Amino acid sequence: MRGAASRTGVVATPAGGVGGGGDRVAVETQVRGWATLLSLGSCSPWTPGLQAASILPSTRAKITRFGQQPMRPHSLAPGRPLPPAGLSRAEGLSSPCGSWLTAGLCSLTTWTSSPSGHSWGPAWPPRSGLSICRGFQTEKDSLRSLTVSTMIHSLFLINSSGDIFLEKHWKSVVSRSVCDYFFEAQERATEAENVPPVIPTPHHYLLSVYRHKIFFVAVIQTEVPPLFVIEFLHRVVDTFQDYFGVCSEPVIKDNVVVVYEVLEEMLDNGFPLATESNILKELIKPPTILRTVVNTITGSTNVGDQLPTGQLSVVPWRRTGVKYTNNEAYFDVIEEIDAIIDKSGSTITAEIQGVIDACVKLTGMPDLTLSFMNPRLLDDVSFHPCVRFKRWESERILSFIPPDGNFRLLSYHVSAQNLVAIPVYVKHNISFRDSSSLGRFEITVGPKQTMGKTIEGVTVTSQMPRGVLNMSLTPSQGTHTFDPVTKMLSWDVGKINPQKLPSLKGTMSLQAGASKPDENPTINLQFKIQQLAISGLKVNRLDMYGEKYKPFKGIKYMTKAGKFQVRT
Amino acid sequence: MSSNSFAYNEQSGGGEATELGQEATSTISPSGAFGLFSSDMKKNEDLKQMLESNKDSAKLDAMKRIVGMIAKGKNASELFPAVVKNVASKNIEIKKLVYVYLVRYAEEQQDLALLSISTFQRALKDPNQLIRASALRVLSSIRVPIIVPIMMLAIKEASADLSPYVRKNAAHAIQKLYSLDPEQKEMLIEIIEKLLKDKSTLVAGSVVMAFEEVCPDRIDLIHKNYRKLCNLLVDVEEWGQVVIIHMLTRYARTQFVSPWREGDVLEDNEKDFYDSDEEQKEKADKRKRPYAMDPDHRLLIRNTKPLLQSRNAAVVMAVAQLYWHIAPKSEAGIISKSLVRLLRSSREVQYIVLQNIATMSIQRKGMFEPYLKSFYVRSTDPTMIKILKLEILTNLANEANISTLLREFQTYVKSQDKQFAAATIQTIGRCATSITEVSDTCLNGLVCLLSNRDEIVVAESVVVIKKLLQMQPMQHGEIIKHMAKLLDSITVPVARASILWLIGENCERVPKIAPDVLRKTAKSFTSEDDLVKLQILNLGAKLYLTNSKQTKLLTQYILNLGKYDQNYDIRDRTRFIRQLIVPNEKSGALSKYAKKIFLAQKPAPLLESPFKDRDHFQLGTLSHTLNTKATGYLELSNWPEVAPDPSVRNVEVIELAKEWTPAGKAKKENPDKKFYSESEEEEDSSESSSDSESESGSESGEDGEDEEDDHSGDSAEDSGESGSEPEAGKGRAATRSRARGRGDSKDVDKEKENSKTSESSSGESSSIEEKKKTKQERNPLTKDVSLLDLDDFNLVSTPVALPTPALSPSLIADLEGLNLSATSSVISVSTPVFVPGKTHVLLHRMSGKGLAAHYFFPRQPCIFGDKMVSVQITLNNTTDQKIENIHVGGKKLPMGMQMHVFNPIESLEPAGSITVSMGIDFCDSTQTASFQLCTKDDCFSVNIQPPVGELLLPVAMSEKDFKKEQGMLSGMNETSTMIIAAPQNFASSVILQKIVNVANVGVVPSGQDNIHRFAAKTVHSGSLMLVTVELKEGSTAQLIINTEKTVIGSVLLRELKPVLSQGKSPGEQKGLKSEMDTEHKPSTLLSSVICAPPASLQELHHHPHSHMELWAEDAFHKLRRDHSSY
Repeated sequence: MRGAASRTGVVATPAGGVGGGGDRVAVETQVRGWATLLSLGSCSPWTPGLQAASILPSTRAKITRFGQQPMRPHSLAPGRPLPPAGLSRAEGLSSPCGSWLTAGLCSLTTWTSSPSGHSWGPAWPPRSGLSICRGFQTEKDSLRSLTVSTMIHSLFLINSSGDIFLEKHWKSVVSRSVCDYFFEAQERATEAENVPPVIPTPHHYLLSVYRHKIFFVAVIQTEVPPLFVIEFLHRVVDTFQDYFGVCSEPVIKDNVVVVYEVLEEMLDNGFPLATESNILKELIKPPTILRTVVNTITGSTNVGDQLPTGQLSVVPWRRTGVKYTNNEAYFDVIEEIDAIIDKSGSTITAEIQGVIDACVKLTGMPDLTLSFMNPRLLDDVSFHPCVRFKRWESERILSFIPPDGNFRLLSYHVSAQNLVAIPVYVKHNISFRDSSSLGRFEITVGPKQTMGKTIEGVTVTSQMPRGVLNMSLTPSQGTHTFDPVTKMLSWDVGKINPQKLPSLKGTMSLQAGASKPDENPTINLQFKIQQLAISGLKVNRLDMYGEKYKPFKGIKYMTKAGKFQVRT
Repeated sequence: MSSNSFAYNEQSGGGEATELGQEATSTISPSGAFGLFSSDMKKNEDLKQMLESNKDSAKLDAMKRIVGMIAKGKNASELFPAVVKNVASKNIEIKKLVYVYLVRYAEEQQDLALLSISTFQRALKDPNQLIRASALRVLSSIRVPIIVPIMMLAIKEASADLSPYVRKNAAHAIQKLYSLDPEQKEMLIEIIEKLLKDKSTLVAGSVVMAFEEVCPDRIDLIHKNYRKLCNLLVDVEEWGQVVIIHMLTRYARTQFVSPWREGDVLEDNEKDFYDSDEEQKEKADKRKRPYAMDPDHRLLIRNTKPLLQSRNAAVVMAVAQLYWHIAPKSEAGIISKSLVRLLRSSREVQYIVLQNIATMSIQRKGMFEPYLKSFYVRSTDPTMIKILKLEILTNLANEANISTLLREFQTYVKSQDKQFAAATIQTIGRCATSITEVSDTCLNGLVCLLSNRDEIVVAESVVVIKKLLQMQPMQHGEIIKHMAKLLDSITVPVARASILWLIGENCERVPKIAPDVLRKTAKSFTSEDDLVKLQILNLGAKLYLTNSKQTKLLTQYILNLGKYDQNYDIRDRTRFIRQLIVPNEKSGALSKYAKKIFLAQKPAPLLESPFKDRDHFQLGTLSHTLNTKATGYLELSNWPEVAPDPSVRNVEVIELAKEWTPAGKAKKENPDKKFYSESEEEEDSSESSSDSESESGSESGEDGEDEEDDHSGDSAEDSGESGSEPEAGKGRAATRSRARGRGDSKDVDKEKENSKTSESSSGESSSIEEKKKTKQERNPLTKDVSLLDLDDFNLVSTPVALPTPALSPSLIADLEGLNLSATSSVISVSTPVFVPGKTHVLLHRMSGKGLAAHYFFPRQPCIFGDKMVSVQITLNNTTDQKIENIHVGGKKLPMGMQMHVFNPIESLEPAGSITVSMGIDFCDSTQTASFQLCTKDDCFSVNIQPPVGELLLPVAMSEKDFKKEQGMLSGMNETSTMIIAAPQNFASSVILQKIVNVANVGVVPSGQDNIHRFAAKTVHSGSLMLVTVELKEGSTAQLIINTEKTVIGSVLLRELKPVLSQGKSPGEQKGLKSEMDTEHKPSTLLSSVICAPPASLQELHHHPHSHMELWAEDAFHKLRRDHSSY
């Protein structure tokens, strides 16, 4: 296309034009990005004459959006004059007792120096002493940026309404304003799920994970494997969950000190230091109501004053000196079926993903071996680091010294080569008519291959097309809800009784005049089957070596629906 | 409780203060602000008082509140003096919080921060390693340039600490100091060098991290630690593993020769001998010349393999990229399974992994083909994941799976997620260009989409169709006409512009429509989008040049409109075009060429993956994800031509080797000589290395490796040990209460180390016997390993060779079900109703020098592949000599066609005959499969062209299903014709006989006497082929064929029509037919039947007028129907 245009010299074909248009947009956004930045920069205290009112329209738009947060740098009310340019940082600092002036200045400087003060491009005057927050020259800085990196520079926690409610920096402070790029991306993506995990900004890269309605945004400056950061962020969330039971904004806010201590231990200079929960818990005790009470009375603290033994023991995931009166080891084999079932009920794809979660409370240093009746079933396995890989390779036996407490021993995948038994079926009859504004809706759920077990906890959810205004349905059992805003239908079925199959029947009222939807909605299914591992996996025996006592052992099987979809 | 008021105060302390700061300078300070301001002061006073109190609890409370402020990003710097006093607090929690504060604010208050330094210096000598470590951490985190010398000293001391935990922290501190003062680089490198020797797994990751940041170019520091790092890798904590693997990937690319090319290095026998065990598996890899992998290279690949099993996605990805970048291509297949596993985790992980798979799948389709279904899109996936999956599906599409994929795409096109639907349409376009077999199907499908209700879908289809038509400069007048009609309804500018461009480009092919379109658009010119306006101008110019009679005035009108347009681009274009096309005295020589300029042949656009060529970035890196070079990205160098000296990795004295660069000038010495001189060096060095090790004084629990180094001389003894150790290790492992890996893997590692040392020093072991012994003893173990590897490869490498049988039988069945399932699940292949005995000549005995060959179609499902047609070949020896070694030689197959040949026949006796079966995948076309039939002495070119009826498999279905299917395959998928014949020919038995004779179809039981139904599916794609014969009054009948494969359908129609309308009785006809068949090749039969010059399917592709019209009309009607329904 391009070639065509250049060869003929005249004709811009549509594709060329389109491509060009696309490029232009890209350039524009880039320019806009710079402009935003530069406009930020231009409000810095050392640029005389420029006032906050000079913020570009795009930024101003953001001001109104985030106007309610006083700490957002952009929230400087337009029109208010800035401190005089002559006011240097040295002056500010010369009064160490911290007058209000310093406070004001510093909070200003935190954002003006945002991308750590270097390589602002040609527009930035390379004057020495500019980098207020740091003691060195800009040139030196930019030189360094080429060679030195920190894996994770800063972490911001952002809630779904776009407030930064926690920040932590492992190196110098990165201004919050860097998150504006994130907000921009968030705005562009219609749903939180669609925010890209990696967002490049002129000086930083923002890597984020979204869990429990919180965005965990890591700021990095240089090349790093993105999965490294993402995996670490997930580990942080897991740790919070482990510590506080739930990981939510109010909980994190309430435990901000513990959170800070944990983060401090997990990363040193941006590189993971201690991420095993067994060790972390020894360094910083998780808060419990009892301990909080005891602490306030005795004045003792959450922080362990002993060296965590785990760090030096030969078993880095297990602390020494574990003692229990009841020695017990429980294993849960949980399998999830991921499947796509097509319109006519035949399976397009089905896979089984399984995990073995363990809760091991054993005294001392037990060495366990777990063997299966049919280990060949396990196609692709990933282990907790405690499992001896070589032993598995040669004998297909799991041999390990367990961590103390709850942990995931292994997760596995049952190969797609084995035919997966699908335990439920859905009969559906969903039809829209062109002429009338009513549609028929009818689904029935029934058991298929259940090996004689009952299917419990059945939930049916379906995202109805936009044209559906409301639904009037009657379930034969369970309860159902339809949210007319999100168009989400959900039906909590409960147990399936094979004699009387649960069904949901009724009509949908469609928007008058609108055309009928192209596609019928997809039905998502959730269910549970107790005491059954659908792949047929069976644990043979569990043996313990290295300790004298006889532990109590237990094993439980469960099958669940994973991503189970029925296309209609 | 207090948290509320607290929060409020903070707000005033932080946020308000910011504004106050500005207000104060403007000297207009509202009194209200002062009130807030004073309360702010008071609050901080309050905190100060608490910090100065005697009670720890008050201090702790204050510190907690201050940390809360920091966490919220509020400023607490003014409290510095008060806080810093508590740095020496006995309470460990207060201390910790003070540390947090110090690290945050020390840089801003350097003078005051210095007050705390002495405390840390004291703490660095504390007996508790935790305190030592944390003191070092905080000290090095205080970014105050004055304390650089103090930090340096502290790091030096800590790097020799007894506790590995402290040494780990020292490694971290190196990076911090370097970022504070890069001038310390040299000194820091020394420390890194020292720490690299550390044998603790705790330190390894951190020090490599420091290495990567401080001196990534000093690869020479790695040489001597390479083997140790490889062996420790399994036991290093997961984050360290990632860093080390990435570093080792870079290292391997500079140090070893490429395993991808065929052996280009002179290898001495010594190495061959050593590697022979591991290389066994590569024999299958068709390597003709021996390539011997450097044992160190192999060591890395082998030791990283278990890490694919890691629970940490980053580790798995790191190993995957290592395999991708440095392993032999045949081995890289094992990573796909693990990568596919990662797709189960969170969307962020999926996003990155899918991106990497997308890049890989472009280059090596085979790797991920078996996992095709894992990339199917779920409606609940986030859009970005959907689009990435789609990308991968496109990359994996080939002739074999395209029909399945297109079915899947059909579902996607209907998705409510319009962005995704649009992406799917693009994808269909790409499939159409990459797989020529389906390009017509795709194009037809896209044309169908033009009548979709959703504007975005239509617009996207138009754009894609435009691209496709541009790529196939064929007669597609009908499509263009259809699109011209759409112009009235489509409003999306891009689509309108595309249509206009297309009409302009083909204005000579649609001479009646184009001027009319111009007329219409001239009317709406002023209200069009700029993009459309430009195209209207273009269209006008082109028409002016080709058809100036009709359009002269119109074009001038448009040019006048354009002249006064608001957009300067359009004004410019107008002026330009006017000068170029309207002849006047001023216009120069250029206007003569106006036609050439405007109507030049435009090169077709390239529809290609955005992930193409992305692999010049190391996979798994940020740069790869962003497709731009990220700051600090380290390029992966190309393989050196000649391997740098491998002996540098032998543990020896520290010398700054300058040879690591891939120079390789002096490397071409006599290998033998090199070998000996090397080992002599090494003898010296091993002594001194052990010295240096003891000097370094790093004490660690396992000094086993030190010993090995010392004893490397007596290799025979060592390897003797090593032979027995693994077993012992295994035996003990069960009862041993030691760490994993420490117990058993160490032993194996050790063994490996031994074998390495024995290899490098085997020059010393003078007797050959000893060597042999070593080999024998090593054999069992290595064999074991390679067997395991082979296990893995089988799974993956088979599909590379033969894509079809990659899926297990059950899956195939599943697939078949799927193929049809979207239409119905009740279809099953049945046995053929009738197998005609007609044979065709493959090789006449005259031209075959006595070897005669006939083939016939047994109409059985092929055993070699489910997409193949089985063909039976009967070979006759008409000579009086044995014909030996009859086999199939060179094959000349059209794109996508596959053939499973028969096993070579050793000998055929005189007058003997033998029947063999073959399978040919004709890809649902009647193209000829040409191949050579060879004997011991001769080769004969032969070809098989299937009659269209043999490309089918009969299907059993009920009448109801048949009707349902037929309803779905109406419109453009339907072709029909009228037949006139004598009434006796319309007896049901006659019709049945005639039809099954021509085509391999199944009979559908019919409730009506006057309607006969037959069903089949195409062998390759499994598309349904429904044949209906409906008897009308008199001697006419209607023959209807419904199929997605319209081309085959129409060929079949043409073939059936004369057969049915023949007036002869079935017996006669049969005789005639068999006569014809034996004498003519099927192609002539076909051509004689359809009364046309021999038309291969390819040609039919070019002239699909008949059905084009059919579907275009149909689509048009549909469109009108849709309109009327609004």
